[in-house]
Amino acid sequence: MLRRTIRTIDIESPGKLVELLDRHAYLAGEGLATAAFLALRMGRPLFLEGEAGVGKTELAKTLAELLEAPLIRLQCYEGLDAAQALYDWDFARQLLHLKAAEAAGVTDVSRLEGEIYDRRFLIARPLLKALETQPSVLLVDEIDRADDEFEAFLLEVLSDFTISIPELGTVRAETPPVVVVTSNRTREVHDALKRRCLYHWLEHPSFDREVAILMRRLPDCTETLAVQVARAAERLRQADLVKPPGVAETLDWTEALLTLGAAELDPDRAAATLGAALKYREDVENVLAKGLLRDG
Amino acid sequence: MDELAATVTGFARTLRAAGVGADHERTQNLLRALDHLDVTDPREVYWAGRLTLCATPDDLPRYDRCFAAYFGGRRAAAGGRSGATAVTRHTATPGEEEPGEEGDTVPAAASRAELLRHRDVARLTEAEREEVHRMLSMLRCGRAQRRSRRFVPATKSRLDQRRTIREALRKGEVARLRHKAHTTRPRRVVLFVDVSGSMAPYAETLLRFAHALVRSEPRATRVYSIGTRLTSVTAELRHRDPGTALNEVSRAIPDWSGGTRLGEELREYLTGQSARGAIVVIASDGWERGDPHLLGTQVARLARQAYRMIWVNPHKGYEDYQPLTGGMRAALPYLDELVAGHSLAAYQELSERLAHA
Repeated sequence: MLRRTIRTIDIESPGKLVELLDRHAYLAGEGLATAAFLALRMGRPLFLEGEAGVGKTELAKTLAELLEAPLIRLQCYEGLDAAQALYDWDFARQLLHLKAAEAAGVTDVSRLEGEIYDRRFLIARPLLKALETQPSVLLVDEIDRADDEFEAFLLEVLSDFTISIPELGTVRAETPPVVVVTSNRTREVHDALKRRCLYHWLEHPSFDREVAILMRRLPDCTETLAVQVARAAERLRQADLVKPPGVAETLDWTEALLTLGAAELDPDRAAATLGAALKYREDVENVLAKGLLRDG
Repeated sequence: MDELAATVTGFARTLRAAGVGADHERTQNLLRALDHLDVTDPREVYWAGRLTLCATPDDLPRYDRCFAAYFGGRRAAAGGRSGATAVTRHTATPGEEEPGEEGDTVPAAASRAELLRHRDVARLTEAEREEVHRMLSMLRCGRAQRRSRRFVPATKSRLDQRRTIREALRKGEVARLRHKAHTTRPRRVVLFVDVSGSMAPYAETLLRFAHALVRSEPRATRVYSIGTRLTSVTAELRHRDPGTALNEVSRAIPDWSGGTRLGEELREYLTGQSARGAIVVIASDGWERGDPHLLGTQVARLARQAYRMIWVNPHKGYEDYQPLTGGMRAALPYLDELVAGHSLAAYQELSERLAHA
């Protein structure tokens, strides 16, 4: 079969994108599909906010698969700086080059300078790499974990998709990458950055959608099991937990149950595998004490 | 302006009246988005607007209301917000003018100030309290530093590759290695001030201390009042004049001298925000009316995120103090420090701690 690469222009409506994402086992709601559709069409970053495990990162991965473009990921953390996010010079190789030139008796400084600030001595970090790779999907994951200074910096890159390197000149993306920025909302991200983006708040899926997701992602999962797990997940989300399970966790949980050969969610197996769904000791104790795993 | 643009602009105006930050740039984004969608399909228009005009989860319900009102045929009444009802309150005036215990036996002003420094603010006369507040307003608050993203040249620490290469180019050889180090920025402080009934004699003084903190590091300080409602008062405390700031705060806080549900409020804080890397200070007597167990778990969560967890208890200043209140006992295992907060000296000491944490 002849496979044709999907270009963004071929996706003519949000509905079409839902269908394409579904082919890659990602079930998107109307809002998320419209958001992603507009991001592709308008060449604007998509800013996804929502609790952990609702499928923010997964969307970026699926978009990359769907567009057959490499996924370039920038994981944010406190103290993230330009050398980690944009580019860095390969210091060791530059020094070697200088030594070699010295040994060869080269003394022409401007020539040497031109040589060591060449593209081949430049190490591209995610942001630069994304501008140089076409097409590509850039995932800026958990922006809320980076310092607020970093946002200003990211805004600059995302505004005109250029990076200026003093020694080398300006790198410009001919076609901007598809950009997905995610945040778990542990702090408020600056409005200027959000304004640049399409903002979407991602909720936990509805019961029906969660059942559909479980069955779509895990072919071995029966409808009975999917319904039981989704119902349990709903109860867990309503209980007062430190970290309610997201879809990512219910998927892990179901997979754990399937690995144990469970066709139904019985309280014993549920308790044994609960660690796949809940990641805080308090939560596990709380749920077991209240008997929340019993199908009411 | 064509009809679509006029409709969209009108809608944005309605949203702004409802408190959603739908500014000009966002409105233009909506128009651009609609170029790619079917404008006759209300669902697509709904999503396009929501994706371009909203910026926080809080905006979403307002957006939904406005969308229904505006496109449902009726224009939403501008300024339909339930007006912020101004709750005015007179600052604490405990008892009548009591004569100071020390009387006038110490004539020198300096020694009087020194004595005042150590006295419990709850037991001061109005005049003495004013003097303490005046001294508080002059308090210079330093702030502990955290590492920032930026670098400056340094003698040791990390190798500054860029500068070393530049110099090698100029001189023709690597003469010496250059170094760089991170600059520092003030560490964030998140201060919770208990304004419930049992804390009434201390609340004003605490808020004045909060004012001094905010004034010294406006960008790295967040202040919340707790009682029965979590209220952010940082913006109010940014006023230069302490009197004006305190009046603003009085207006903003809806639950002066009420009960205490610290656990629930800390949980509310933790669902919306995070105190990662901050110095968290809770000023309260721990007289919890809610479930002390809940308070304990929330303090534990805060402590895991925080850089330092400090509890200020006015009663800690007394020799025979025992942390006996339910809330205090529940929180105790997770605190880095439990300090006094009853006198000017105690606040000065706290300020020192924040400067060197």
